[in-house]
Amino acid sequence: MSAAVVVSIRSLKRSFGDVRAVDGVDLDIREGEFLTLLGPSGSGKTTVLRMIAGFEKPDSGTITLAGKDVSQLPPYERDVNTVFQDYALFPHMNVLANIEYGLRVKGVSKEDRRKQALIALKQIRLEGYENRKPAELSGGQRQRVALARALVNKPSVLLLDEPLGALDLKLREQMQIELKALQREVGITFIFVTHDQEEALTMSDRIAVFNHGKIEQLGTPREIYENPKSEFVSEFVGQTNRIEIDGKKINIRPEYIAVSSSSSTGDRSVKGTLRDEIFVGSATRYLFDTEAGFSMISTQLNKNLKIGDVVTLSWPREKEFLVQ
Amino acid sequence: MTISRNARFLLATLLGIGLAFIYIPLTVVVINSFNSSRTFSWPPTELTTKWWGMALDNTGVRDALKWSIIAGLSATFIALLLGTALAFAVSRYDFFGKDVISLLVVLPISLPGVVTGIALNNAFTKQLGMSTGLLTVVIGHATFCIVVVYNNAVARLRRMGTSLQEASMDLGANGITTFRLITLPNMASALFAGGLLAFGLSFDEIVVTTFTAGPGIQTLPIWIYNNLFRPNQTPIVNVVAATLVFISIVPIYLSQKLSTDSSSGGRF
Repeated sequence: MSAAVVVSIRSLKRSFGDVRAVDGVDLDIREGEFLTLLGPSGSGKTTVLRMIAGFEKPDSGTITLAGKDVSQLPPYERDVNTVFQDYALFPHMNVLANIEYGLRVKGVSKEDRRKQALIALKQIRLEGYENRKPAELSGGQRQRVALARALVNKPSVLLLDEPLGALDLKLREQMQIELKALQREVGITFIFVTHDQEEALTMSDRIAVFNHGKIEQLGTPREIYENPKSEFVSEFVGQTNRIEIDGKKINIRPEYIAVSSSSSTGDRSVKGTLRDEIFVGSATRYLFDTEAGFSMISTQLNKNLKIGDVVTLSWPREKEFLVQ
Repeated sequence: MTISRNARFLLATLLGIGLAFIYIPLTVVVINSFNSSRTFSWPPTELTTKWWGMALDNTGVRDALKWSIIAGLSATFIALLLGTALAFAVSRYDFFGKDVISLLVVLPISLPGVVTGIALNNAFTKQLGMSTGLLTVVIGHATFCIVVVYNNAVARLRRMGTSLQEASMDLGANGITTFRLITLPNMASALFAGGLLAFGLSFDEIVVTTFTAGPGIQTLPIWIYNNLFRPNQTPIVNVVAATLVFISIVPIYLSQKLSTDSSSGGRF
């Protein structure tokens, strides 16, 4: 992908009191991409998003939007729109008035904005709901109205601040798919903030992993998962076994560790005794104590193992990765 | 929580006695305003509306009612402006001495009226060289009317949070448009409730009024106080007192209803 850069962030810094929330972030976001800012709470991802939106001013550094430095502009002079975590729908306005709001304050004529709002309403499949108040909608419907209210303005970038956090698991998974499809359809750049690594891996074109106000790693979901550059990233994204073999620290994901009762099937192997098992539905996580002294987790389709069974654990060498 | 039968009985009795102490005398006043006997023999043998007619024809009463309404509306208006502005300053911005200001604004409601009254009278007549009149009454009433508006506005702003304003600005509205289209409509019921309470407070206030009104102005409570011990005015006093009770109850009832109705419609 070699699309043009739409948002360019350089040496961005922001402190709250003694806390350095954002501590030197550089990031180029390309046109039409789905970029996720992933990290634990307090890692600075939301502050970066709020600075792009204009709700916070950076202490230093610049944010360039479509070639124009917007670092010091108020939110209403930036061509970005936000979907808020709590949706922030206007409670005294009905669905249609909420969606029309952005066009209304920009002076679009009544007929035009009604027409565009109705198209947006159709896009989120809420036709017939135009006169409902936000309080009369379900969580998923509010979420979709918030999306329509932002997208109807055709911003060059859409910012999403943990928009799926308040939904239950089923609805969240459904919205992940819908959101991704919507993004492809409208072709607008999405910057998505989440602390949910699975969500990030599912939806993103690229992921920026945040820790302590800095980007630890930037890459495609596959790069982040299969080749994490730091211990933090390998821990935060997926599970990992961190072991020491021949004096070298290596990491291996639990799903690559095969369990067999006879001989080894990979080019690394070690004998282990089953200590515990955690059933997670589609699979089971087996925890082994190995004869080499460390413990290992293997994620397998449900196997018929009993606590205390001695087995051979093996894995292909090329799936190992090193971290700093 | 479960309570024993005896405790429940005791609590109900105490509640009954408490309410009776407050409301029986008030009820007697209201009934007596319709009592046809000039000496108010009890129980009334006959009911009449002639005292109400007399009160309406009494120019003293009519003037007092007029002054009470003018003073109440003016004080409420000032309280709405200043109380809302203060609530915004305190809940949306950080500045030095914020907590102190917040306390100073709320304090007048708990200060003894006598102290406020004397202090204001002193300031108006001695320091500022003003003569007491409508203006000084309005300022005096505004000192405690601000409190209820401020408290209501602060509570609503807190519950609203900042995300609605952020959403509005994000969608392209500047500060003024955001205030007009988003903040004010969402505060309206709280401000209306606060304004009603403020008017109610002003309407039956007597202590501060005594010290700030001067000879030219009589509000309804002051008129009652001045005529209380004139036997031939007693029937009219009853009527005025009954009116005051009704006018004070309505704002309290409405504002309580408004506050509970809107408690669910704040944020999502």
